[in-house]
Amino acid sequence: MSQAVVLDKPADLYDPNVPGLGTDPDIKHCIQCGNCSGVCPWGYVMEYPPSRMISALRAGIFDQVTSTDSVWMCIACSACTTACPSLIPITEHLMTRIKEELILAGRVPTELQSALEASHRYGNPLGESPRKRADWTKEAGVPVPILGKNKSHADVLWFVGDYPAYHPNVKPTSFALASIFNALGVDFGILGNDEHSDGDSQRLAGEQGLFETLAEKNARAFNKYSFNEIVTTDPHAYNAFRNAYPELGITYPVQHYTQYLAERIEQLKPFLRKEVKATVTYHDPCYLGRVNGIYDEPRQLIEAIRGIELVEMPHHRETSLCCGGGGGGMWLDGYQWEKSHARTSEWRVKEAQKTGAQILVVACPYEKPRFQDAIKTVRIDNLEVMDLTELLAKAMK
Amino acid sequence: MKIVVPIQLVPDLVEDLEISPDGTSFDYENLVWIINEFDDHAIEQAILIKEKSGAEVTILAPDMEDIDDPLFTAAAKGADKLLKISGDFDAGINNHALSKLFTPALRSLQPDLILTGVSNHDGLDGALGPLMAHHLGLPYIGYVSSVTVDGEKATVHKDYPGGLKARLKVKLPAVLGITSSETPPRYVPVSKVRQSMKTSQIDELEGEMDLSGVATIERMYEPEVTEKAEMLNGDIADISNQLVKILKEQGLI
Repeated sequence: MSQAVVLDKPADLYDPNVPGLGTDPDIKHCIQCGNCSGVCPWGYVMEYPPSRMISALRAGIFDQVTSTDSVWMCIACSACTTACPSLIPITEHLMTRIKEELILAGRVPTELQSALEASHRYGNPLGESPRKRADWTKEAGVPVPILGKNKSHADVLWFVGDYPAYHPNVKPTSFALASIFNALGVDFGILGNDEHSDGDSQRLAGEQGLFETLAEKNARAFNKYSFNEIVTTDPHAYNAFRNAYPELGITYPVQHYTQYLAERIEQLKPFLRKEVKATVTYHDPCYLGRVNGIYDEPRQLIEAIRGIELVEMPHHRETSLCCGGGGGGMWLDGYQWEKSHARTSEWRVKEAQKTGAQILVVACPYEKPRFQDAIKTVRIDNLEVMDLTELLAKAMK
Repeated sequence: MKIVVPIQLVPDLVEDLEISPDGTSFDYENLVWIINEFDDHAIEQAILIKEKSGAEVTILAPDMEDIDDPLFTAAAKGADKLLKISGDFDAGINNHALSKLFTPALRSLQPDLILTGVSNHDGLDGALGPLMAHHLGLPYIGYVSSVTVDGEKATVHKDYPGGLKARLKVKLPAVLGITSSETPPRYVPVSKVRQSMKTSQIDELEGEMDLSGVATIERMYEPEVTEKAEMLNGDIADISNQLVKILKEQGLI
């Protein structure tokens, strides 16, 4: 590796050619405790896990960090940020910044490149036609009002999201949430084909320009209608609208569906007529739990279902183990598997299996495909993955 | 070293293709256009040559709707000049017409090397490269996956079926039909494309589209189902017996 750098004087320790990184006031507070690298699911695979990146920054050898691509192991799960005693926002201020540099240099793994190009061209990372974004509503089995010709006001603007609109295994989440909204008599509408990817994962993967372009398009769509709040299917969209869009001057009240439904739990309970006799375990999504502190509402909803026994996995709430989809991870599976021959989703489903649960309940659209795939590759029987909306809908039928 | 990369747009297959009411072409009304994937590789190959041995790269395109975005993207990747030729594209597009559209500009630009995609999936009248080479009286090599320039010559790798490759040398100026660039087309961040929209200029020239000289399409239609597969049911013995009977009936055994 590198030799020790001896400095004659306290040089400008923070000048790594990564604009903004060297003068970031938060990063200067690092005490090199190594918590971040230790708690990082992929810390052991990265040549430069977070604390070592900062150490390289201080040693004036940061170009060695940007010459490796191991930052693409980062799934933006925020475990590092949560574990940092100096409260450094490591995920966004360090990991994403380095991803930005690699993207500027054109050093992007191919899968991720396709997802970013598709997001730019088609408004979704899956590369599906934007004209078909609202096609799922035809299969929903319940009315799903599309804001536009006949409706320009709603109480709730339901921001559906990419995977809930297009992915065959995640569409049932949308069908279920649509049924729940209809049962509760919610006055809602969706943007339909005007909806573009929220862009949060692309932002965290280092494409700030793409994020801004997508945000502008969504803002234009929002501006056409009047509504009281946005409710999202996806914690990543929730995070975008709550924490990132306001910096672009786009501010709306927003809730994740778990918050919206938990607020109305007394209205919802009479509809949960059916007993669901199952042991379930709940996976805290990174962007609902660790990043935005929403832990109780999903559990309240699960426990409102008769017959359910909720058991917790050892890693839960703040210590929840990421499915591997964030920060671009959804589109880096091949790259990450090549480096590690493991998947965080595979660790997670094994953990779920050990609890004895029959159902692994999730609340983020990336999780269902990630965990379903892991269940197949690890060959687990008797474990089903369901979004919380689907579980609630199951108790409503 | 002057390189010109003529590019074209093709129907984006992510969208559904529809046949026109008269049944002889695509319904252009609902088409979404995307840069021909092989032309994207040609652009990349040109930039690679520029980075390796120096060159001025000009992108040449028809002034169709949606052409500006691919042009600015090419500039963000490193292309030096952008030139689009106007014409009437509403009546249709074919490679014979494009080759004639591009020829005057190519003659005046006097490039050492012309790189273009080896084919385009809607190219029913043959590939663009050989047609341009014919008009300009230049040599043409197609199915090229590697280009090294050395003064007045270029050394190329030409791909053949069956995994065979040939190394050929050609005197410049020449036209090459690119199948793939030596490394995949690079990613260019959206911020760089947006920047190039502010700083790059697209030059314009007038031209004419002459669609003549190609075969007439009598009918364009989606594949029609004729016979469906026959599924054989039963246990192994039943299925084997049925199979043997069918193979005998077909005169195969």
